[in-house]
Amino acid sequence: MMAPLFSSKLLIVLIFGTLFGLILGVLPGLGPTTGGALILPFTMTLDPLSAIVLLTSIYCAGTYGGAITAVLINTPGTPAAAATCLDGYPLAQKGEAGRALGMATVSSTVGGIFSVIVLVFFAPVLAQLAYEFGQPEYFALAIFGLTMLASIGEGSPIKNLIAGAFGILISTIGKDFMTSIDRFTYGINELSVGIGFIPVVVGLFAISEMLTQSTLLDQVFKRVALKAVKLPSLDDYKKTWKTILRSSGIGSFIGVLPAEGGTVASLIGYSEAKRFSKEPEEFGKGSIEGIAGAEAANNAATGGAMVPTLALGIPGSATTAVILTGLIIHGVRPGPDLFREQPDFLYGIFGAMLIANVLFFIFGFFGAKLFARITLVPNKILWPMIFAVSVCGTYSLSQSIIDVWIMLFFGVLGFFMRRFGFSVVPVIIGLILGELVEGTLRQSLVIFDGNWLMFLTRPIALTFFILSLIALAFPLLRSKKQKK
Amino acid sequence: MNNVRNKKRANKSLPFFFKDEFKVFFVIIFVSTILLVTTFTFDKVPPILNRGIQPATFPKGLLVLIMFLTAVIYYLSFKNPWKKEKKLPKPFFLTILSFILFIIISKTLDFFLAISVLSIFVSYNWGEKRIFYLLLVGILFPLVVFIFFEMILGLRFPPGIITNLYYY
Repeated sequence: MMAPLFSSKLLIVLIFGTLFGLILGVLPGLGPTTGGALILPFTMTLDPLSAIVLLTSIYCAGTYGGAITAVLINTPGTPAAAATCLDGYPLAQKGEAGRALGMATVSSTVGGIFSVIVLVFFAPVLAQLAYEFGQPEYFALAIFGLTMLASIGEGSPIKNLIAGAFGILISTIGKDFMTSIDRFTYGINELSVGIGFIPVVVGLFAISEMLTQSTLLDQVFKRVALKAVKLPSLDDYKKTWKTILRSSGIGSFIGVLPAEGGTVASLIGYSEAKRFSKEPEEFGKGSIEGIAGAEAANNAATGGAMVPTLALGIPGSATTAVILTGLIIHGVRPGPDLFREQPDFLYGIFGAMLIANVLFFIFGFFGAKLFARITLVPNKILWPMIFAVSVCGTYSLSQSIIDVWIMLFFGVLGFFMRRFGFSVVPVIIGLILGELVEGTLRQSLVIFDGNWLMFLTRPIALTFFILSLIALAFPLLRSKKQKK
Repeated sequence: MNNVRNKKRANKSLPFFFKDEFKVFFVIIFVSTILLVTTFTFDKVPPILNRGIQPATFPKGLLVLIMFLTAVIYYLSFKNPWKKEKKLPKPFFLTILSFILFIIISKTLDFFLAISVLSIFVSYNWGEKRIFYLLLVGILFPLVVFIFFEMILGLRFPPGIITNLYYY
């Protein structure tokens, strides 16, 4: 499994990716999704395996990196670390920042490794099942993915659905892939080829975040002092091992569902840790179990989210949507054929994720103090630099200035979407799944001779449609239950 | 607590067209309507070549869905008004202005000059007044980026008054 990784080039890529991921995770507002989007154009100079190894190591390390800022400055470096703030910062305020970060590092590593094991065993099984899928099943699956994202993703489900539909709409711009008829091109030649993933991804994540940061300039961070990261004591292990294992399971399961992976997983992992704890009253005041529950779950979601991404081509989280974009632009089509035709490529990814989890454990232990210093780089220096990289990266892909303008447009749009409670993640996933949704729908209708009701005669498709309805009904039931 | 109550009252007393809910509803419906009208101008495929549905049908369906869901969130906002957002601060508008400057300069003068101007403009307006750091973000860093993309990745940037000095 590790054989492809025993090349010095891949190991360098892996170490660089882990370090870069940690830096991105530490910086509030950046994180693995934005960082992955920023580095995507650069991956074009790498071979497909190196490119995906780079992106996956950023994903694993970036998810953990968010915990460092969550513990030390009470600001999650990534949304997935939001639950870690609840107990990490109070514990740090008590002078136990090293213990809090030690527990975050250990539980993140265990969660991450657990999820890679789930990925190794579960992804091939899912891919095998996908052989049973025809066009109608893939259409139903894509719809299920989008509805799941809407229902258990962050924010309002209806707004998420609108954002997802908007993403699919963007994918229809350009020449229709079945008939070559222009759609929404308005006579602009550059739009005939459609809108690329990278300008949209960089715009929605990096540029919109830059605009968000421009509204937060008066925010002051109070940093708690950190002497050194400490390994948890035997007592801590005794207290938390069940929580870590439970949260690893929860995180891996939530990760497999096509939704916002780590964020949802950490919140559920945290609340379950509280529910099972013998000292629930300690939660929110510096509970070591709280940190373990949240961190094991969010890192376990990384491997889980890679399962549908690799086996079906349906991203399990925002960052895996970026990784999926990376796979597509490198000409790798995820799905069952990938498992049959390129097993070495997949083993390379599995191995890279495993090593990345070990590497961030080492870097986290010995370098957390140094990484924490990165938060001292002021936004007024950092973001203009990120802008320069975003612009050049976006331009580099097709050497088109139009792409840069599209990036800026989506940056402004993304800012206003977030301001009014629309998540930008469904737009990206809609854009990625757009061609699949439309293509499979149209091909299914050819098979069914235009009869829509024939979808109901396909058991797998019907199951996905029923699951989609349940996913849509779930938020309604949840809000009714909360009202009661 | 009183402040919150007063703010809520102030928000309620606003005419409906000033509320965020209406503004968002209006913009989405307006843009979707324009796009929907555009779909009627798409070429039609002769029945013999048509596979499944016409190329305009799918986007039409999506736009109708978006409009319907937008109407639903607007209707729901009567029961649960949205949280009132803070006014956007001056640096936000200056950052937007810097994007416009970037587009104008990159189109008319030079791509890298545009990056430098934007970097200095943003950094200065976000509070950086030290010359060294302004030069760092405005000149040194874009230069490093240029060298990296040009020499290592072999990218050719669009011609312009500064870029041409290097290329010719």
